[in-house]
Amino acid sequence: MIEIDDVSREFVKGERRVLALENIDLEVAEREFVAILGPSGCGKSTLLNMVAGFDRPTRGTVRVAGEEIITPSPSRAVVFQEPALFPWLSVMDNVVFGPKAQRQPAPDYRPRAAQIIEQVGLRGFEGSYPAELSGGMRQRVGIARVLIMQPRVLLMDEPFGSLDAQTRMLMQELLLEVWERHHQTVLFITHDIEEALLLSDRVCVMTARPGRIKKSIDVGITRPRAIEVTTSPEFNALRREVLALIREESEQAAREPVGV
Amino acid sequence: MNLRLPAPWFVVLPLLLLALWHFAVDLHWVAQGIIPSPEQVLRSWFTWIFGSSKAMLSPYSGTWLDNVTYSTRRVLQGFGLAALVAIPLGLMIGWSRLAARLIDPTVQLLRPVPITAWLPFAIAVFGIYDASALFLIGLGAFYPIVVNTTHGVRDTNLLLLRAARMLGAGMITILAKVVFPSALPSIFTGLRLGIGVAWTAVIVAEMIAVKSGLGYVLWDAYYVGRMDICVATMFSVGLLGFLSDRIIVWAGRLVLHWRTLEAHE
Repeated sequence: MIEIDDVSREFVKGERRVLALENIDLEVAEREFVAILGPSGCGKSTLLNMVAGFDRPTRGTVRVAGEEIITPSPSRAVVFQEPALFPWLSVMDNVVFGPKAQRQPAPDYRPRAAQIIEQVGLRGFEGSYPAELSGGMRQRVGIARVLIMQPRVLLMDEPFGSLDAQTRMLMQELLLEVWERHHQTVLFITHDIEEALLLSDRVCVMTARPGRIKKSIDVGITRPRAIEVTTSPEFNALRREVLALIREESEQAAREPVGV
Repeated sequence: MNLRLPAPWFVVLPLLLLALWHFAVDLHWVAQGIIPSPEQVLRSWFTWIFGSSKAMLSPYSGTWLDNVTYSTRRVLQGFGLAALVAIPLGLMIGWSRLAARLIDPTVQLLRPVPITAWLPFAIAVFGIYDASALFLIGLGAFYPIVVNTTHGVRDTNLLLLRAARMLGAGMITILAKVVFPSALPSIFTGLRLGIGVAWTAVIVAEMIAVKSGLGYVLWDAYYVGRMDICVATMFSVGLLGFLSDRIIVWAGRLVLHWRTLEAHE
């Protein structure tokens, strides 16, 4: 579904050239949930931006469903870390922004909107404005407004990164539930090992700058999953394996000069 | 420092100034016959507003409302015209690099020319008619609106633009549904500055380029030595300017109600 083929991305800032990503090869199968795990600054968001169509690779190609990506599209919906809701629109109007922008007829999307709002637990808040919602509720809106587009690919850029631990757990459960229902292809960016293992079929661990994919680990835990699997021995073994990989990376990063 | 004073306190300073004015005239601290006393201004103002326009043949009896209407109409027309041109133009300059390169340098070059300097030009081209006044008012109000609109557009959060694009919005939808609402707070700032300039411009224009309105009365009263009417006119313009500013602020609050929610976060 997603084919990332030998992708490198270099940023030029005045005289300096920064290689953010180097020779990334990654394939995500249809309906697969893949987490990209890496330290901050490893270019994982850059990778997601290229799949989303916000950015283009310096070298290599990114394809989704066989087509090279040039521009953003609702078929590749993005959930950002900051929910990036339109503050002047109510919850309902935020959710139906996409269908409206695409001039879908209201009788088509209205019932779907009500259903999705119900699914993400926002019933009763349709008329509220983003400023009146908690961080977790805002992110629910961020998820609802992309689900209504029925995307084939869901791109999530540390969507729960700025939430408190309690809320994050609830949101992870919500995402598992939603995913069981729709089975989209998901590319999920995170720096949280537990989150990556809990949610995904496969975890790709990235190296520090320049970002490369260090190792891809299959998470064989049976679905449907609940938050309780994080306490199983199976889960702990996986966590230990990933932790070792990450530690190697951060130690190496600590030895290197900063900002190069 | 954010001590909230009870409402009546704001009248203390104006009352003090009024008293100072009264005694300055009463006790002859200022040259006699030049500066009228507040009481005299109030009496003349009253006659100007409520006096019969037929009984006396004075231009300063019962003609206040007419002149206020003339000036207000000019301000509204000029200001409306300015907003109608400046907001779309500001959206274009802020949004498109091409439009910015084509239009912005010209705007920035013309902007420092004071509207007062345009007066002879306006009269030469439009004559002693309303068109002259409208040109000056419109031009004066145009700059702050266009500059603030441009600024507001450029300040649009990149993440919101990305969100709109990935939700399938085209350029027109993005401009209308994301960029415009996001620039609205800035646009309202521009409108407030613009209406202020419009009142300045209307007085200047009426002093010279037309033969009616508060600016005309102000200059005419000065020529015939009616300083009391001059001062009453100043107060009238001040009140109208204040009122129109409040109306824009109120309209802004209504349109930008979502921002007051954010402020309470």
